[in-house]
Amino acid sequence: MFIYILSRIGQAVPVILTVTFIAFAMFAYVGDPVTIMLGQDYTEEQRQALIEALGLDQPFFVQYARFVANAVRGEFGLSYRLGRPVLSLIAERLPATLELSLVAAALALLVGVPMGVFTGLYRESWLSRAFLVFSLVGVSLPTFLIGILLILVFAVILGWLPSFGRGEVVVFGWWSTGLLTASGLKALILPSITLGLFQMTLIMRLVRAEMLEVLRTDYIKFARARGLSNRAVHFGHALKNTLVPVITITGLQLGAIVAFAIVTETVFQWPGMGLLFIQSVGYADIPVMSAYLMLIALMFVSINLIVDLLYYAVDPRLRVDRGRLGRTGV
Amino acid sequence: MGAAQPKGVHMSVLRSLSRALVAAAFGLALAAPVEARTLRWSASGDPNTLDPHSQNLGTVTMILGQVYEALIHRGQNLRLEPGLATAWRTVEPTRWRFELRRGVKFHDGADFTADDVVFSIGRARQPTSNYGIYVNTIDRVEKVDDFTVDIVTKAPDPILPNKIATVFMMDQGWAERNSATRPQNTRDREEMHTVRNTNGTGPFRMQTREPDVRTVLVRNQAWWGWANPAHNSNLTEILYRPISSDATRIAALLSGEVDFVLDPPPQDIARLRGNNAVRVVEGPEVRTIFFVMDVDRAELLYSDVKGRNPFKDIRVRRALYHAIDINAIQRVVMRGLSVPTGTLFPPQVNGHAVEEDVRLPHDPAAARRLLAEAGYPNGFEVTLDCPNNRYINDEQVCQAVVAMWARIGVRARLNAMPLQTYFPKIQRRDSSLYMMGWGVPTLDALYSFQGLIASRDSPVGGGASSWNFGGYSNAEVDRLVGMMVSETDQAKRNAAIRQALRLYREDVPQIPLHHQVIPWAVRSNVQITHMANNQPDMRWTRID
Repeated sequence: MFIYILSRIGQAVPVILTVTFIAFAMFAYVGDPVTIMLGQDYTEEQRQALIEALGLDQPFFVQYARFVANAVRGEFGLSYRLGRPVLSLIAERLPATLELSLVAAALALLVGVPMGVFTGLYRESWLSRAFLVFSLVGVSLPTFLIGILLILVFAVILGWLPSFGRGEVVVFGWWSTGLLTASGLKALILPSITLGLFQMTLIMRLVRAEMLEVLRTDYIKFARARGLSNRAVHFGHALKNTLVPVITITGLQLGAIVAFAIVTETVFQWPGMGLLFIQSVGYADIPVMSAYLMLIALMFVSINLIVDLLYYAVDPRLRVDRGRLGRTGV
Repeated sequence: MGAAQPKGVHMSVLRSLSRALVAAAFGLALAAPVEARTLRWSASGDPNTLDPHSQNLGTVTMILGQVYEALIHRGQNLRLEPGLATAWRTVEPTRWRFELRRGVKFHDGADFTADDVVFSIGRARQPTSNYGIYVNTIDRVEKVDDFTVDIVTKAPDPILPNKIATVFMMDQGWAERNSATRPQNTRDREEMHTVRNTNGTGPFRMQTREPDVRTVLVRNQAWWGWANPAHNSNLTEILYRPISSDATRIAALLSGEVDFVLDPPPQDIARLRGNNAVRVVEGPEVRTIFFVMDVDRAELLYSDVKGRNPFKDIRVRRALYHAIDINAIQRVVMRGLSVPTGTLFPPQVNGHAVEEDVRLPHDPAAARRLLAEAGYPNGFEVTLDCPNNRYINDEQVCQAVVAMWARIGVRARLNAMPLQTYFPKIQRRDSSLYMMGWGVPTLDALYSFQGLIASRDSPVGGGASSWNFGGYSNAEVDRLVGMMVSETDQAKRNAAIRQALRLYREDVPQIPLHHQVIPWAVRSNVQITHMANNQPDMRWTRID
């Protein structure tokens, strides 16, 4: 077990290094931060001095090696755009993104699973058909369009919900939360629906397909033959057995939600990491971009690792197989 | 409250009084409360920094301009007005004397004195400042007494006051206590105090600063300028929140979540005009859009003409100019938000001459004839570089012009790109034909001539900092620019500008298009004065 974790962590390091390397290689094409920082009027000496100060005159590999060496020590430098330490910028934005992502994921689960069960059980009902059409919308409409439509309806026409921002936040130490104020909760509704809609429809369709599959199996027929109530059959037996793939997908999708938050955050001016990233791209703010990409890579790798470990813990067959393989020396 | 209070305060006093009377009728002894009026303001970008001498960007100065003040202010028509200096004059050709306003206090209570002026201008002259253009003619700043300062220039500088009007004054003691005696610098490892903190003398002071989220300014009731009835703002608070998505920004305005949007997208203007809750306030911007041709290289980098450079021939330059139907661009592409021009800068700029602001007429036949005379009867091919997120409808304007040039046989390949890659490209002079927009912060002709038209290698051309990437060079123009630099006789100087503008019109170093018109959008209860420098001034902004 311990060896297994170690080997997985060993695999994660090159993944992160590769991601940051590719990101770094791309920065050459995002624009020249120096001209942007200097503005309209500057002298050649000022330009040279700035290039040297930023280390941009060094060869690519030297720049990259320096970045990695600093990153290992948790030192990401100062943002070109804001003149503030990158790490504290990201730490400020992290709570907003995580809160939005977790609420969106929870929403996707809490609405998606019941809808999936319902459409699986009552395939012919008009409500099921409505859910399926709705899910098609969720899958096919791009996120920014959903966001704009929601703003149009609920902020501009009805005036019920705010169109942007995070509302009032309460700060605990370095964590800021919008979950404790009325305006914070209201501000969370539209962005979390926008962000979670795709996952919600994905989960719904997954649960529906699994339910249809499971309901055909022999043990469901036996359960019915034993005279168990519909409720016990559907939720006690059928749903339980559909949840294994759902949990896997949800876990993996959590990373995607955090990464896709870029679009949602831009539409709703949500002060999270995604918005920070987009603004940094506009300014060729390399320190922030590289730190963000590194963080996202780290997050994906950790989520993958956790999911793998969950498999290991949940699925007895995996352990048995590995044990047997070990003994036979294959 | 003094006798000379602005009108707004009178009104709110009256309102408060009537309220107090009502309260008294109920037997309550109430102090008259000041009515809270918050202007909720939004634009796409947030200030990168609050350091007054670091980044010379509109998004920075539009916020700092409410908090900090310069020695000289700009009024509603952008004319120079007394600010922290009550008077200024030249005592010698190279020595400007400024009389400082007495009794002015910084927001932290410190007194404003001559030492602060010497310190602030010195700070703006540090190499880490982006304000070099405004102070680079200064040799030294001398304190005469506590309320008199002399600025000594290296050579006579007739437009020093225009430039000093953009240099904010900060408190020397405050800067020293917070180790911020030089502008914020990216090579620092630590964040500088001035990045998020301010201490100005202006009508509003910073209360909360959350970068990219919100900036809250509150009224500085002690500001000296409230005594002037022209400063009739009734705002008690300004809440600035950036919204980068165009659609969301407009949605927030329509839903009443913000009162003022500085940069509504042009495609939404017609819709906003049709909405009663919202008003569009538009006015000219001091920014001119034009095309620049490489007239320097022996052979163009991006053209099928080999062995010679067609743009060196004035007939070709005129042909491209004749081909442009500027009225169609104004009507269709700009939807009215432009003022077509034939000159280098708009009328707000000192030196503008109406008789030189004449375009070559739209005349495709003449254009084809000129091309044939120049030896290109079948036209030629060239790449047009164009930004796609810098100026209003920049890429669309280029598309329209490409089609117009096609009609005279010039096959322009459009290469549009975001400003982050566009400006480095043209600054490397890696272009044969490109679009540019030029604002004139000093509101004087010299800024445009020096930056765009003077020869790069001439003493007045600015060398490496020149934006004359087309490489235009005309000895006569250089001589006239030299006069603009140092001629202190305003009449002679203006004659030199006029002469240079005539050469600009005749020699076609660039193809001018239009001055931009910028719309602002406000809720209908907001009274705001449009400013041609695109810097809203809250001193005379009201909410009713």
